[in-house]
Amino acid sequence: MTRIAAGLVAALLAIAGFADTGPRQPGRVPLPVVKIEKGEACVAPVAEMRRDHMKMLFHQRDRTMREGVRTTRFSLKNCIECHASAKTGSVLGEEGFCSSCHAYASVKIDCFECHTPMRQARTAGALR
Amino acid sequence: MTPERRAFLGWGAAAAAGAALAPGLRLVELALARSPEEASSALERWGLLIDAEKCADCDACVTACHQENGVTAHGRPATDAQWIRKASLRDRSTGRVQTLPLLCQHCEHAPCVDVCPTGASFRRADGIVLVDKHTCIGCRYCVMACPFGARSFLHEPVTGQKPDVPRGKGTVESCTLCVHRVDRGLTPACVEACNRDGKGAMAFGDLNDAAGELARRLRAEPSSALRADLALNPGVRYQHL
Repeated sequence: MTRIAAGLVAALLAIAGFADTGPRQPGRVPLPVVKIEKGEACVAPVAEMRRDHMKMLFHQRDRTMREGVRTTRFSLKNCIECHASAKTGSVLGEEGFCSSCHAYASVKIDCFECHTPMRQARTAGALR
Repeated sequence: MTPERRAFLGWGAAAAAGAALAPGLRLVELALARSPEEASSALERWGLLIDAEKCADCDACVTACHQENGVTAHGRPATDAQWIRKASLRDRSTGRVQTLPLLCQHCEHAPCVDVCPTGASFRRADGIVLVDKHTCIGCRYCVMACPFGARSFLHEPVTGQKPDVPRGKGTVESCTLCVHRVDRGLTPACVEACNRDGKGAMAFGDLNDAAGELARRLRAEPSSALRADLALNPGVRYQHL
């Protein structure tokens, strides 16, 4: 009996030890898929982008809509250009750059109610 | 009036004349190109001149507009969005029928902007009247206020939008004068199509550019505004109505 109890304790300790030292487990919620297939670097450092990308988009949105300023650096179109999946051409879907992270953080994303989530098909002779 | 005061006023008038001339000269450069980082300016006012006599029995402008802006129909004409349409005017006494393209008139004193409770309906510095769908709550006051029936409400979910033309359910929309093209120095899709496939009834230009073709034609030829009785000063003007 004592031998069985000791064995159980040893097994539990082994599992706990493995869990501590092993790679981070996602638990019940799958980790977001951050797969960037295009572009060398983002328009700002990653930490800043993770925290403040919505502020950049919000600011640019009003400048473009209200004043007609059409710089591409912080434009949604520019985001989609690099971050759309090569497979689907979209930032939404199972492995979509925007949707998978927003699903993980449980933050509703409104942009694509109106904006297209698809990368722009480049046609010969098209401007920009 | 003392001589000093008179001399001062004379110098003031001369200075005012000089100031008026200087922006006139700058307008030409501005009309040629605006860089992407430059905001739209009140020095410009974009407008259209539509010759109803040249307007033939075709709908090149309507097709081009709806293709450019990704405006698709659901086969329900009563509620489908419509940015530009061919309207028929019939003279009751003579029976003469005229057709003309009818679209947002981009009024200076726009009733849609007046009634909007959230400020979503607004007039850009260069005179283009737009809906900011980020703040539109879909109340449709503007749809009712517009005397030209130029605005549509989106009743159904939209997919396959054009990257430059976001559209979504629950918001109001209308002709943007192809603002995404104008900002790149191009003409609106309807004007391009009318001059390519139609009879060249539509002309686009800067109403403030005194040296420009549009302002020159408006100065020299007769034209009229639709519903001139409302004194809205629209940016779209018609000839031979």
